[in-house]
Amino acid sequence: MEFFKGVNVDWMGKAKYFVTLSVVLLTVGWVSILKNGGLRYGIDFRGGTLVYVRFAGSPPIDQIRKGLQSAGLANSTIQSISDIGNPESQRDVVIGLEQQGTGDESLDAGKNAILAVLHKTFGTDTSGKQDFNSITPSALADYLTTKDPLNLGTNAGDRYKELAQRLTDARDKDHGGIVTSFDELKNGPSVTQPVLNALTSGFSLGNFTIRNVEIVGPKVGAQLRRQAVLATLYALLGMLVYIAFRFEWIYGAAAVIAVFHDVLITLGFFSLFHYEISLTVIAALLTLVGYSMNDTIVIFDRVRENLRLMRREPFPAIVNKSINQTLSRTILTSGLTFLTVVVLYLMGGEVLRAFAFAMVVGVVVGTYSSFGIAAPIVVVWNKYRGQGAAISAGSAAEKRVAAAARR
Amino acid sequence: MSSDLRWKFILIAAIILICIFGIVGLPEFPTSAKQLKENLADRIKLGLDLKGGSHLVLQVQVDEAIGQRCDETIDALSKQLHEKNVNVGEIRRADDTHILVRNIDPATSATFRDIVSNQFQDWSMSPAPGEQNGYLLTMKPSVVADIRRNTMDQSLDTITRRINALGLTEPTIAFTGRGDNEILVQLPGEADPTRAKSVIQATGQLALNLVVDEQTYPSEAAALAAHGGVLPPGTEIVPGKASAQSGQPAQTVYYILNRAPIVTGQDLRSESISPSSSFPGQYQVDFKLSTAAASRFGPFTEANIGHRMAIVLNHQAYSAPTINGRIDDSGMIESFSQEAAQDLVLVLRAGALPASIKYLEERTVGPSLGADSIRQGVRASIASLVVVMIFLVVYYRQSGVNAVVALILNLIILIAFMAYAGAVLTLPGIAGVILTIGMGVDSNVLVFERIREELRNGKAPASAVALGFDRAFLTIIDTHVTTIVSAIFLFLFGTGPVRGFAVTLVIGLLANVFTSIYVSRAIFDYHLAHKERQAELSI
Repeated sequence: MEFFKGVNVDWMGKAKYFVTLSVVLLTVGWVSILKNGGLRYGIDFRGGTLVYVRFAGSPPIDQIRKGLQSAGLANSTIQSISDIGNPESQRDVVIGLEQQGTGDESLDAGKNAILAVLHKTFGTDTSGKQDFNSITPSALADYLTTKDPLNLGTNAGDRYKELAQRLTDARDKDHGGIVTSFDELKNGPSVTQPVLNALTSGFSLGNFTIRNVEIVGPKVGAQLRRQAVLATLYALLGMLVYIAFRFEWIYGAAAVIAVFHDVLITLGFFSLFHYEISLTVIAALLTLVGYSMNDTIVIFDRVRENLRLMRREPFPAIVNKSINQTLSRTILTSGLTFLTVVVLYLMGGEVLRAFAFAMVVGVVVGTYSSFGIAAPIVVVWNKYRGQGAAISAGSAAEKRVAAAARR
Repeated sequence: MSSDLRWKFILIAAIILICIFGIVGLPEFPTSAKQLKENLADRIKLGLDLKGGSHLVLQVQVDEAIGQRCDETIDALSKQLHEKNVNVGEIRRADDTHILVRNIDPATSATFRDIVSNQFQDWSMSPAPGEQNGYLLTMKPSVVADIRRNTMDQSLDTITRRINALGLTEPTIAFTGRGDNEILVQLPGEADPTRAKSVIQATGQLALNLVVDEQTYPSEAAALAAHGGVLPPGTEIVPGKASAQSGQPAQTVYYILNRAPIVTGQDLRSESISPSSSFPGQYQVDFKLSTAAASRFGPFTEANIGHRMAIVLNHQAYSAPTINGRIDDSGMIESFSQEAAQDLVLVLRAGALPASIKYLEERTVGPSLGADSIRQGVRASIASLVVVMIFLVVYYRQSGVNAVVALILNLIILIAFMAYAGAVLTLPGIAGVILTIGMGVDSNVLVFERIREELRNGKAPASAVALGFDRAFLTIIDTHVTTIVSAIFLFLFGTGPVRGFAVTLVIGLLANVFTSIYVSRAIFDYHLAHKERQAELSI
């Protein structure tokens, strides 16, 4: 099977369309960023508190909001999650709280306030029983050992430890962290009626469970932000140096400009689709930098090779030919990568969602920027250097490139 | 098969075996499916985001330890000057590393300089700017650096001892490498870090001080006013523990204590808890002193019968009993809940922190979220792998199978490498694995497209394969090196999740160069060797 055979497109003649597309995308994205008052940073970079809660049923968002407001946490945010790959996520909400005050008070003040509201609003049990949905395996083992529902006698600690682990595993892995009736735990060795009775008499079943808590202090946020920017810039610089060393500096500059353009467009899309920039997203941005760079290098490699073979041809024709020759590889690889990240976006879960989104946008933009942005930059530079004439076989630059190719 | 090719396959088979052994064959060779599963769980270390647990970043307030050294120096210097009859107007701490001495009697100025330069060699001395007969003492930078390092080492040790005493499984306690005063604490499986946090943060400074003023005061200001605004030399005001008496609201009283403690937490030999004798339902912490401390403590209490002595924990007086007779080596602090008493014993045993601690970051991943993340991550990886493989086989037929073999081998090497290196698999790490799959596909596609091109140009299959690999080789090296360069920078300058991602990506890319060039080529050569010279290549 073969999709692309004998393609012959004048890419350099069409460069202006790609540049226009880029300008439009950049403008739309960055107008959105400016309108929203800058990039939306996630908790990592902004500081603050996030509490992920899962409810037994669909989350009572209005009740949560009322509870938070009456506790004086009006500046909190409530966000529901809905994940196609995981229907259970419809029961989840994320409660966020901005960093408050000077940061001198205790770091977890925000978390404790949110937890207090949740317990006050949704804590149904008043008998003082412990909540089974938030108990740890070791506490459960202690309880079972004291009650000894299996009549194992005194040295039963290990058996009950194992049983407790199995019960909490069933809760966390099979029931998504929340059990609505003790009967759900019935299936399993040594989960006998006396065990269930012991659980029923000793525990209540809470309506919610805390899935995840993230608290980042204000100074850390600023530090992480600076570090992420530094990491990105150094990575770009490292690539520039490597390509300049392998090709010629204009190739390195063109490649870096193209990937920088990819990052800027992707950031614009983040703003348009209301995603937040987190540490994981930085990883995604750097990955797409790598991918886009790959694409560009494949084309430049071919240009380098063709420069040697086609000494009489004008430079733009050589570039066109190189792009056409590598086109099927470009489309195939990008297409497969696109498929991969779409799968990740749909099935990877809430934590990887923003990461996958960055990659979905980045793969598309990164692919066309290689022949639509990077290659034209080199062509325009060559034209400017050669005053519009075809690059002669004897030009110094070309000799260097050819020499590099022979290495 | 040529012997060259045979050796290639032997090498590849050996690598595969070593890799599979690294993944499931350790620590004990598996003889059952259960053992196999246990080995796998043991070898693939999961990050906190996948297995659940707490992640804390805390900052040691190192400047406190430096300031404390400054205070100690002021005490020692005042004493020396007093002994040598040097008259100075004022000695005070200008900041954490500077002491200002003002209005030195010119007649004793030389003695002063002598004392400082002979006995306080950690300090450099210069005339204080804008002062006559004044000197500014500066702590030497090397000394400051020493204190910083010691404080950090000691904090790490103390925190490690405390966490270990809590009996949590496989904790990680290490410097973050981010700021020079940050410590990372990871507690796998701990869904509620509240108790661990308070145990870590407890200062744990215990001291027994003589009560100077029998009177207690309702506020600091009142205590100060009672002494005409100036405390007696060598004393300080310490708040008492607020305790509600029956029928009355809780009230804090203030004591005036001798600043120098009689004994401190370092003098303790053993600590234990017992039910409180005076507060039913509560607990007390009993302690015994070391022999050396007891030999000081006995005579001291004998000499001070009738006076009161305060038990000060974390700069708070818990009680101030009257000394009724000679006490040799035991005492107690009350009253606590059982858990608080246990935690206090733990903290006293582990030793005091040299400086206080502030939390910068707290992340807790519940066990159910971790389980979900693993499930989803693995499912997404397998789904994308299957989609990609099906495409490769449909599009490149026989050669596509080569690519699939290379891809699977790539993943096996990646996982084995992580197992051998003890690297931790995190959620971004799984993303790194998925991207490794993408790069692996790219390398194969590059080679195959090149071979097709050479075939179109009329080359024979064997030379088309050779040319395709040779030509694509440079490109593959260039693309991989560029990505590895950026991943290395990510690792060096990134934090947490970004690092996990960079590690898997780098390992995956290195494995990829091997599989897509060396292994894939070997398989091609094998097929070519079994074909007629001009037979068509399935690509």
